[in-house]
Amino acid sequence: MPADAAPEIGEAPEGPPTEGRTVLDARDISRALTRIAHEILERNKGAHDLLLLGIPTRGVPLARRIASKIASVEGLEIPVGSLDVTMYRDDLRMRPARTLLPTEIPGDGLEGKVVVLVDDVLFSGRTIRAALDAMNDVGRPQAVRLAVLVDRGHRELPIRADFVGKNLPTSLVESVRVKLAEYDGVDAVIISGESLEGAT
Amino acid sequence: MKRHLLSAADLTRSDAELILETAEELRSLADRPIKKLPALRGRTIVNLFFEDSTRTRISFEAAAKRLSADVINFSAKGSSVSKGESLKDTALTLEAMGADAVVIRHWASGAPHLLANSGWVRSSVVNAGDGTHEHPTQALLDAFTLKRHLGSLDGRRVVIVGDVLHSRVARSNSLLLQTLGAEVTLVAPPTLLPVGVDGWGVERSYDIDSVLPKADAVMMLRVQRERMNLKGGGFFPSAREYSRRYGMDARRMSVLQDHTVVMHPGPMIRGMEISADVADSDRSVIVEQVTNGVAVRMAVLYLLLSGNESELGRTTSAATDATSAEAAAGGDA
Amino acid sequence: MSTSYLVRNARVLGGAPTDLLLRDGVVAAVGSDLAADGAEVVDADGLVALPGLVDLHTHLREPGREDAETVETGTRAAAMGGFTAVHAMANTDPVADTAGVVEQVWRLGREAGHCDVFPVGAVTVGLLGERLAELGAMADSAARVRVFSDDGKCVSDAVLMRRALEYVKAFDGVVAQHAQDPRLTEEAQMNEGELSGRLGLRGWPAVAEEAIIARDCLLAAHVESRLHVCHVSTAGSVEIVRWAKSKGWNVTAEVCPHHLLLTDALAATYDPIYKVNPPLRAAADVEALRTGLADGTIDAVATDHAPHPHEDKDCEWQAAAFGMLGLETALSIVQETMVDTGLVDWAGVAQRMSYRPAQIGRLADHGRPVAQGEPANVVLYDPAVSRVIDATETASLSRNTPYAGRTLPGQVVATFLRGRPTVLDGKLT
Repeated sequence: MPADAAPEIGEAPEGPPTEGRTVLDARDISRALTRIAHEILERNKGAHDLLLLGIPTRGVPLARRIASKIASVEGLEIPVGSLDVTMYRDDLRMRPARTLLPTEIPGDGLEGKVVVLVDDVLFSGRTIRAALDAMNDVGRPQAVRLAVLVDRGHRELPIRADFVGKNLPTSLVESVRVKLAEYDGVDAVIISGESLEGAT
Repeated sequence: MKRHLLSAADLTRSDAELILETAEELRSLADRPIKKLPALRGRTIVNLFFEDSTRTRISFEAAAKRLSADVINFSAKGSSVSKGESLKDTALTLEAMGADAVVIRHWASGAPHLLANSGWVRSSVVNAGDGTHEHPTQALLDAFTLKRHLGSLDGRRVVIVGDVLHSRVARSNSLLLQTLGAEVTLVAPPTLLPVGVDGWGVERSYDIDSVLPKADAVMMLRVQRERMNLKGGGFFPSAREYSRRYGMDARRMSVLQDHTVVMHPGPMIRGMEISADVADSDRSVIVEQVTNGVAVRMAVLYLLLSGNESELGRTTSAATDATSAEAAAGGDA
Repeated sequence: MSTSYLVRNARVLGGAPTDLLLRDGVVAAVGSDLAADGAEVVDADGLVALPGLVDLHTHLREPGREDAETVETGTRAAAMGGFTAVHAMANTDPVADTAGVVEQVWRLGREAGHCDVFPVGAVTVGLLGERLAELGAMADSAARVRVFSDDGKCVSDAVLMRRALEYVKAFDGVVAQHAQDPRLTEEAQMNEGELSGRLGLRGWPAVAEEAIIARDCLLAAHVESRLHVCHVSTAGSVEIVRWAKSKGWNVTAEVCPHHLLLTDALAATYDPIYKVNPPLRAAADVEALRTGLADGTIDAVATDHAPHPHEDKDCEWQAAAFGMLGLETALSIVQETMVDTGLVDWAGVAQRMSYRPAQIGRLADHGRPVAQGEPANVVLYDPAVSRVIDATETASLSRNTPYAGRTLPGQVVATFLRGRPTVLDGKLT
């Protein structure tokens, strides 16, 4: 079963690039995030009540970058935080206990906010469902939206993203890795997997 | 894979740091409106207490409940004098009830070890204090408290004062603090230090006043009055002499460095090993130790029980953590 | 069952192979190619022949603790271990402090017939350490008690010990002291050392044994009596006994097989199978005990066979009983620790496990050499095999052996008690 890199405390930046095809490079990513920022503002009719919550690990730097793009457009600082979903995962019992990641809810909490969850890859939808469960125990937002850098399909739950950087149809044998400068030293989205070997 | 937490010696530095980091995340739970996480939903945790200890039992109970586990409290009768129902029979009963973890406090050193290795139960065993042997979760919460005040413990000087001979808290702390890089000094009258203590890797002193000025933390241990008057075999001649020579009072507190904290695992005997003004001073983190106890115990229970196998003892260093198989196992977004 | 046996090609005391004809309870002939003459032939090719072993220190538990052992089961265990005589300690219930109880135990031994039982008489009434028991009556009884001991407890009162040492001179008795100062060892659980501090188990300091031995050697010298020291366990104790002997004082000592092999490091498992009194000590003590046994400072090996029912060992250390089985594994342990290491030869084993203990116990018909005309108390032992000790297969009623799962060398193949086999082909007859 191919997998995204699971969020792990202290994960070292990856060394030599993994095999595979780069489908988004640094500039593509930057443009995608800029577009997402504009779409968020458009849908929300402004920056009021917005709160971005990144899902660790890589959702967090993405949330910060989106927030800073919004700030440069609107001239307003948007609160950014993180929401660890580890305890709410539905596969908790299937693996060894996982390390907890930071949860920081900025300001006075979620009441009355339009929360935009931010994650790097949307796949089965289970992480987002866990994030919704986690948010339930923290507070009651006015609305919850979802922004992802990559949507690779294969949903197992009725979940969809409101804002998508790139739609990437993939097969289940492939794996999608998102690298970000804050963790990996470089920005890239890479697909690798059997179906690509020998592809021209 | 370590399924049990029996001794502070079982924890590598990376295990201990994992527990403390996890506890740090869990501590903020206390500020949330809903103080509950679902991680241990459906798990059954039994508090098996052969010795009275309301404080520790409540702490474990709160920790288990905040993780949504079901808690069963079992207060067993019996002591070294009146045997009562055997540990084995009690254990078999708990196994029949389907306990996932047993938190055990017992008057016999080694009882948790026996429970874990006997094959009577399949659950994880957490030592909540066994005889005069160890109390690992106390050491963890003490280390957690110290880190919050002092930052990294590398090179920090921790002085532990009191009845070391009979103290499981002293043993666990000596082990864990060293694992975390601290230097430990034990202070007690010679009668209250065990034979062979020089082999524990700690410093020892009979003179509290000579070690206080350099201490970054001072931990006071309870001293039982009963140890005085045993016929011909008292460990010290009088309470007065003990507190004069080894008690923490305002005068001794004044020679401590500005950042030095004073700790006590509780329950205190005010006026014996610690004076009231020290216990109530700003330096004292005694009340905070109790709060931190719940978060630390939550971390231990979470790491032992939430997955299909324990997270403790998986790695030997932080570097190995990053490249562990866990990263490859991954998850679905 | 036959009354005569021809043992072929046995290596007596490890010497050249020879034949032994056992007839009518005595060794009728020793030589090569002896005629069988109606005797049953026992092939002892490769086997070592030793005089029947004599144990100065065994707990048969009867009367009172028949749930742990009886004279019947204990003597069967003894026979399996190659013993033809055992001294049964007095800490039974009722205590063996009267002629009546010692005679009862002696009779039970005769009736069972697997091994001769020589009851030890208590030094003090009820083992309470307050006043002397009727030592003379026990000496004059059918049991003919010569060894007196409060074993399990120490005769700690100096005056009482003096009186006992004096009193037994009248009938050539000996006081066998369990050296343990009670005040220094209150609630003690294991050897006092660095490990006991770490494990949180109260320590049993060596000085509690050594101080009593020193005192008793001086007392025995002063009143010109003889002293036997039970289960010596520390290097210091060996030195004190060596010193006493160098002064020409009549002091003898025994060591247990487990103290020749096991150390206190085993307590770290918290498994009370290793809980014993005196406790397992450090490696340096084990070394000194082996040296002391080799150089004769320690006269004899005695098992201190201490059976306990399962529930007294299947619990927390502090709640468990003290004691280990010993009869069925003693000779193997001595082979492993003393013979295979080159410290003693088989003649030396005979000395320490048969001749000397019989002399100390004043036994006339045991501890005799394997020679023509002597009582046919012989054990045939195969030092070349090895066996994995199985706790579920003890001849003893109890299972508390610390060697379960361990591979030990050697096996008793046959034991003859006055010419009649109690063990043949490695099995009880």
